[in-house]
Amino acid sequence: MGKINIKDMDLFYGSFQALKNVNLEIKPNKITAFIGPSGCGKSTLLKSLNRMNDLVEGCRIEGKILLDGQDIYAKSMDVNTLRKRVGMVFQKPNPFPMSIYDNVAYGPRTHGIHSKARLDEIVEKSLRNAAIWDEVKDRLKKSALGMSGGQQQRLCIARALAVEPEVLLMDEPTSALDPISTSKIEDLAADLKKDYTIVMVTHNMQQAVRISDNTAFFLLGEMIEYNNTEKLFSIPSDKRTEDYITGRFG
Amino acid sequence: MRNKFDMQLDSLKEQLTNMGELCEVAITKATEAILEGKEEQAREVILADEEIDQAEKDIERLCLKLLLQQQPVAKDLRQISAALKMITDMERIGDQASDIAEILLSTDLKMEMDNKDIGVMAQAAAKMVRESVRAYVEQNMMLAKKVMTADDEVDRLFDKIRQEIIEYIAKENGDGGEDAVDLIMVAKYLERIGDHATNIAEWVEFSVTGNHRIATEVHERKSAGEVK
Repeated sequence: MGKINIKDMDLFYGSFQALKNVNLEIKPNKITAFIGPSGCGKSTLLKSLNRMNDLVEGCRIEGKILLDGQDIYAKSMDVNTLRKRVGMVFQKPNPFPMSIYDNVAYGPRTHGIHSKARLDEIVEKSLRNAAIWDEVKDRLKKSALGMSGGQQQRLCIARALAVEPEVLLMDEPTSALDPISTSKIEDLAADLKKDYTIVMVTHNMQQAVRISDNTAFFLLGEMIEYNNTEKLFSIPSDKRTEDYITGRFG
Repeated sequence: MRNKFDMQLDSLKEQLTNMGELCEVAITKATEAILEGKEEQAREVILADEEIDQAEKDIERLCLKLLLQQQPVAKDLRQISAALKMITDMERIGDQASDIAEILLSTDLKMEMDNKDIGVMAQAAAKMVRESVRAYVEQNMMLAKKVMTADDEVDRLFDKIRQEIIEYIAKENGDGGEDAVDLIMVAKYLERIGDHATNIAEWVEFSVTGNHRIATEVHERKSAGEVK
């Protein structure tokens, strides 16, 4: 049983169908990569997993997305609870214009935690888990905006971890980072999968090869192939996958 | 798209073809030299082995450059890794041709016994090398399979020559023993060349399909005795 099961899913932006009959089982404690050319629907699918598409006008979804067997689009599903369980890290680091400490404490506070001791504990644990504690422990009260891009991105991961999610969605998390920061985030993702299920959209195929366990390839809204990453990148079973990953697309 | 990469892959295939031709010529010339006592030709073969070694280094360098620059995946990755494996076999083929030539120069070979099967064996081994490299260039599975089964004929010739040598020694009451030993070595080198060509064909299968299914099948049939 997957952590997330996507069943016969169609997604429309108005009359445009962005995803067509997607069926996908995302395994727990694994890194799943979504790859495909721009506009193939991979980011749309990622955003559907914590209902970020609710914010898009005219967006309509058919089929089901189940989180631990529970339909996330059901009326009974509270979106805030869902987004607490399924956290997200974006392409461009987007720390809030406040201190490092407050960035991480923001989520727990909105979920009703106000005890200083408890918040201190959560902030330290989250920053440690995001592999950035040692770099920021002496300047927690300083603005997050003074950090480097790579640090900001790890702070955003810490912020996502602070509310103890089960799933972490990452939308091209390293595309704005230099190779050293990229490698830190990749190591971090590999570490985090012990405790979390990670789904990542990436344009960097070597990154998908390096860190993901499974890879799904999308084209024009369809999921063409979903397989063990090593298998998909060494012996793809669909010609379209082969053409895309070897750069002979079209 | 990927025009430059495709051109580099074509260049890789061209270099492999050239290396294959060098190997083929070395096998033919070395065997002819030993059968006809042409010492000068034997020296040429030994010198030409350096060219084969150089070709291996050049192809290896190109493959590493392609891995670095193009970060190939899927079929591209298989083609390049297969090429890297193939050149090791081809380099060994060059060494073995050179070893055959060496026998003529380092021993007092009289070649008094019948040796026409050695010539036939050399032709068969050289053809296997040529076709295995062509199978790679054309990514031709049928041809690769043909090479794998052609090895059976080379093995059969080796057994036949071995038997003839045993009979020769018995008949000559031990005279001509040196000739017999040299000939069996020539035959053994040719048999090994057949094995290396088979390896190349197996890498062709990997390059085309991503596995070694036919190669495994051929081995299994051989061990079950279906293929002689």
